[in-house]
Formats: sequence, structure tokens, C-alpha cells
Amino acid sequence: MAAPIIQIENMTKTYTLGGEVVHALRGVSLQIEKGDFLAIIGPSGSGKSTFMNMIGCLDRPDSGSYILDGKEIEKMKDNELATIRNEKIGFVFQNFHLLAKLTALENVELPLLYRGVKVKERKKIAYECLEKVGLKDRAHHLPNQLSGGQQQRVAIARALVGSPPILLADEPTGALDSKTSKEIIQIMKQLNEQGHTIILITHDWEVANEAKRIVRIQDGQLFEERGDFVGTYSIR
Amino acid sequence: MGLIQSVKMALRSIQGNKLRAFLTMLGIIIGVSSVIVLISIGQGSSEQVTNQINQLGTNLLTVNVMNSDSVKLTTDDVEKIRDIPGVKEIAPVVSGRVNVKNGTTSAQVSLIGTTSSYQAVRDVQANQGRFLSDIDVAYRQKIVVLGANTAQTLFGLDNPVGKYVQVEGTSFKVVGVLASKGGSLGQSGDDVIIMPLSTAQRLVKNTSIQTVYIQGKNAEQVNFVMAQVERTLARMFPNTEDSYSVFNQQDLMETMSSVTNTMTLMLGGIAGISLLVGGIGIMNIMLVSVSERTKEIGIRKAIGAKRKDILLQFLIESVVLSALGGVIGVGLGFIIGKVLATAMGLSISYSTSVSLISFLFSLFVGVVFGVFPANKAAKLDPIQALRYE
Repeated sequence: MAAPIIQIENMTKTYTLGGEVVHALRGVSLQIEKGDFLAIIGPSGSGKSTFMNMIGCLDRPDSGSYILDGKEIEKMKDNELATIRNEKIGFVFQNFHLLAKLTALENVELPLLYRGVKVKERKKIAYECLEKVGLKDRAHHLPNQLSGGQQQRVAIARALVGSPPILLADEPTGALDSKTSKEIIQIMKQLNEQGHTIILITHDWEVANEAKRIVRIQDGQLFEERGDFVGTYSIR
Repeated sequence: MGLIQSVKMALRSIQGNKLRAFLTMLGIIIGVSSVIVLISIGQGSSEQVTNQINQLGTNLLTVNVMNSDSVKLTTDDVEKIRDIPGVKEIAPVVSGRVNVKNGTTSAQVSLIGTTSSYQAVRDVQANQGRFLSDIDVAYRQKIVVLGANTAQTLFGLDNPVGKYVQVEGTSFKVVGVLASKGGSLGQSGDDVIIMPLSTAQRLVKNTSIQTVYIQGKNAEQVNFVMAQVERTLARMFPNTEDSYSVFNQQDLMETMSSVTNTMTLMLGGIAGISLLVGGIGIMNIMLVSVSERTKEIGIRKAIGAKRKDILLQFLIESVVLSALGGVIGVGLGFIIGKVLATAMGLSISYSTSVSLISFLFSLFVGVVFGVFPANKAAKLDPIQALRYE
């Protein structure tokens, strides 16, 4: 069997907030296989955001190791981390985080821009990704001319455009109504079926239950909730 | 990321905030255009002075009598100067301010009473009619040659030749009009009338000659002739060296150009300071822009923008702003210069190097004052920036 795409060993992170030391992560270990659809669930203040920043290579752990697609992340410098983010991770955020002054197409192009891809090729790939999320006809709209669901789909297209091995979605349905939430989750499921590894961070069990595997984070520690189980869990 | 792409991105973000961009650029625009206008005016007048002096030839000497009580230079004395070896031609001048009238129009002009050789020595041309002749001087003819401005003031577009003007109440016949020579430093060379020396002496009731223009045979001998003239004058008027001065065109030119150069430098310096102030304006706006776009920076960093990419983005934005301001400033400077030149009769001399230097300086200002905000943007922590509302 191939090596897991993400291998986190004994990761810790502490920071001080208003003079108080917060142990956001206390020795977290996690392995994610290629092609998995993982949901990380936890209430606010559980260290969920910190963990996402770690997986997303936005931050470095205090100790422990993180191997992503064969690369040791914990020793990397800022610029190397930027390259990793660009090539290995596609972000989908709760508030979409699209650039308001750029059209949908240009927003989708951005990761390729920073990768140095030529204009023509960039446009072609960006169009393909918009087509995947069903927004080809909205390519030249500005984000504020799109509905929330459409904006999130643009964000998903932007995450896909660099064909990264991992799609990291942070509360992707948090700002959407239940109907559009279902659509977004559906798109994620399809993408997973097409072979994308998806990590979903949420506090919503209903959303989490769509994933193949659920881990729960609480007080900076990680618990395996379910491997391949279909059913409803409540927060104890 | 390519440079062209960055410039395009910067242009887009400037387009998105046109009024603010314009106000930011205004500082640079004013700075660059005032540098160009002021320096072209300074250089223009310096060039004009040099030209005028050069036109007279470098072999021209001037004797000026400052104190006519102790040095009474008569026509006979002047003839002695003519006999000095190396002197080709001399033109004695009696001058004053007089009132000239044609019917009801009158004008205050400088009077030059001289001989026919003045034409050759000072290189003046009669546009209409003729210049003075020897016989006019000999017979004390009541005739005048008008300067270009004087003719226009008194006669408008009519041809004044053959008509009569009143000079201090006496009737004089106009025999010619001079070609325009332009003026410098507030002194117009065209607001004059020229009449025979003998007539002028009588008109101003003074026989002593105030100025003698001496034309040397060639430029190499000017210093030798100058020494000879000084010696002759010293023999004629002992112990009165302070009452007259002898100088050549070269000295005059050096003095004049040092004056105008200082002026140009000062004006340019003042304008340069305004460019600097414009640069501070750019820095100010860029800092505002960075904090306004913190979230954008966070997003860009999250999807893989390196520190260098963000730095370049903001730096290019400030350089594009200042370069645009510089280009507009250069254009505006040229236009203002042209308008001033036509409206106020100033002579303007554009120099490519000054335009280029002030443009490059505006670019430099953009880089210098853009680095600090750009660096601030580049150093932002992506997590903090993403969370920023």
C-alpha cells in the first residue's frame, strides 16, 4: 500500500492569547490516505482552526512531524510553505474569500498565476474548472453578482484549478442555507469519487456524516469517531 | 509571476479607485510639471541672454561711464579710442528716457543717440526704412529710427516710415523701424528710439557720452584691445578708474549665466521638494491600501502567493502610480510652459534631460516610498490576515 498522503505525528501547538497560554494542539496524530474523504468535527475552541492551519501549511507546529505527499512540512520556510500551499492544497473557506474586484474566472486563475502558468493555458484550465462546478456561463461575473452558493462553487473551482492532491474545506457550508449546502456537499462527494482527497472541517454533524471518515477534535486532542460507518452521532 | 502580469494587476487596482489614484498622483504631477516649467523658464532666459550677447559677437567691448561728472567723454575723446590699433569700429551712445507721442498715443522709451556705425557694431537691422546715416549726424537731422515695440505702440499696424512723432515736444521724422530683438530680465531691446548723436545731445541737454561700443578687429585681440582702451582712458581721465568700466562680452556672459544658473537651480530645487512631498503622499495612500486590503493579502498568501509576489504587487502599484503621475506631469509641464511662453512672452527652453531626470526621479520616489508599505504587506501573517475583517 502506498504511503499516506498526510502523516501527522504527535503535533503540538501552543500560543499565548491575552497573557494566557493556550494549548491548541496536544500531541495530535493523524494519517490520511489518498482518495479519502475525511471530516474533522469539533466545537469552537477545540483547536479545530489551529489544526486546519497546520494541515493547510499556513502555520508550523511547535513540535511533532507533518509529512504531506512525502515532504516534511515542519522544517520549511515561509516561501517553501507558500509553494506547498499553491501546489498541494486547494482551500475552500467558510466566507468564500474571493477577491471582490476580480471576475469569477480571474479568481479561479489566481493559483495558476502564482505558479507562473502562461495566460492561454491558465484561462483554459480555469474554464474547465468552472465547467466542473457548473458555472461556465458566469465566468465574467464579479463575486457580488453571484449568489452565496455560486460564490462557493467558484471557490471550489479555484481550489481545484491547480489540481492539488488535497482539498481542504473549512466550514464550506457555514454561510449557506441547507439547500445550497447540500449542493456543495454533493459537489464535494463527486470530486471525491473522481479521486480527490478531501478534508472537511465542520461543526455540523449532518455535513460530517456525508464523509467516509470522521475524526473529532476536542481540547486539542483527536479522537477517531467512525471509519466506514453510516449513522447519526450526537455530541456527548 | 510575470512582470507584465503584475503591472496589469496594479493597473486594475488603480482603475478600481480612480479618484484616490488621481489625488495620489496629483502630488507627483504637480512636482514633475513644476520642475519642468521652472527649469525651462530658467534655461530659456539664460539661453536667450547668452544668445543676445553672442549675437553681438565676442569681439565687442563696452565702455560704460557711471559718473559723468568726473568723466566727461566728448566726441573728440571717442575719436582717440577709434585710433587704437585693433579697433575696427566704435559707436558712441548718449542715452536717456524720453516721452514719444503720435497724436494722442504716447510711450516712455529709452533714447539712444548714436552714429551710423551703431548698426554694424551692435548688429541691428532696419525692418522698414533705413538706419541712421553719417549725414544725419553731421547735420543734426531731426529723424528717428523706432524700435519694434515702440513702432507698434505708436502706429499699430500702420507703416510709420515717413510719418512724424513728437519726442519731448519736438517733431521728428521716422525714417526706419528696427527688427525685433527680444528682451531679457525685464529689459526690452525693442522699447527704444534711435536718433543721431548730435540731435540727442541737444535733446537731453548733455554732450557727454555715457557708453561707447567698441568692435575689435577679431576675437583673439579682444583682451589686448581692452587693455589699450583702459590705458587710453586712464591717460585721459587720471585717478577716476571707479567712474567708468570697460568690459567685454565674455565677462558679461559669464556673469549673466551664473545669475540665471543660480536662479534655475533654486527654482528646480523648490520644485524638487514638491516632488518629494508627492512621494510621501504615495506612501500614505499605499499604507492605507495595505491595511484596507489585508484580507486580500491573506487570500493571496493562502493560495500560494510568496512574500516576493505580494511585495512586488504593492511596489509595482506605487511605481505605476508615480510613473503615471510622472508622465502626466511631463505632459502638463510642456503644456503649461507653452501657455506661459505665449501668454507672458517668456522664452522657454525644454530640455529632454530635465524631463527625463524628473520622470526618473518620480519613478525613484515611487520605489522609495513604496518599499515600506509593500514590505509591510508582504510580512503579514496569512492566518491573521485571513481573519481580518
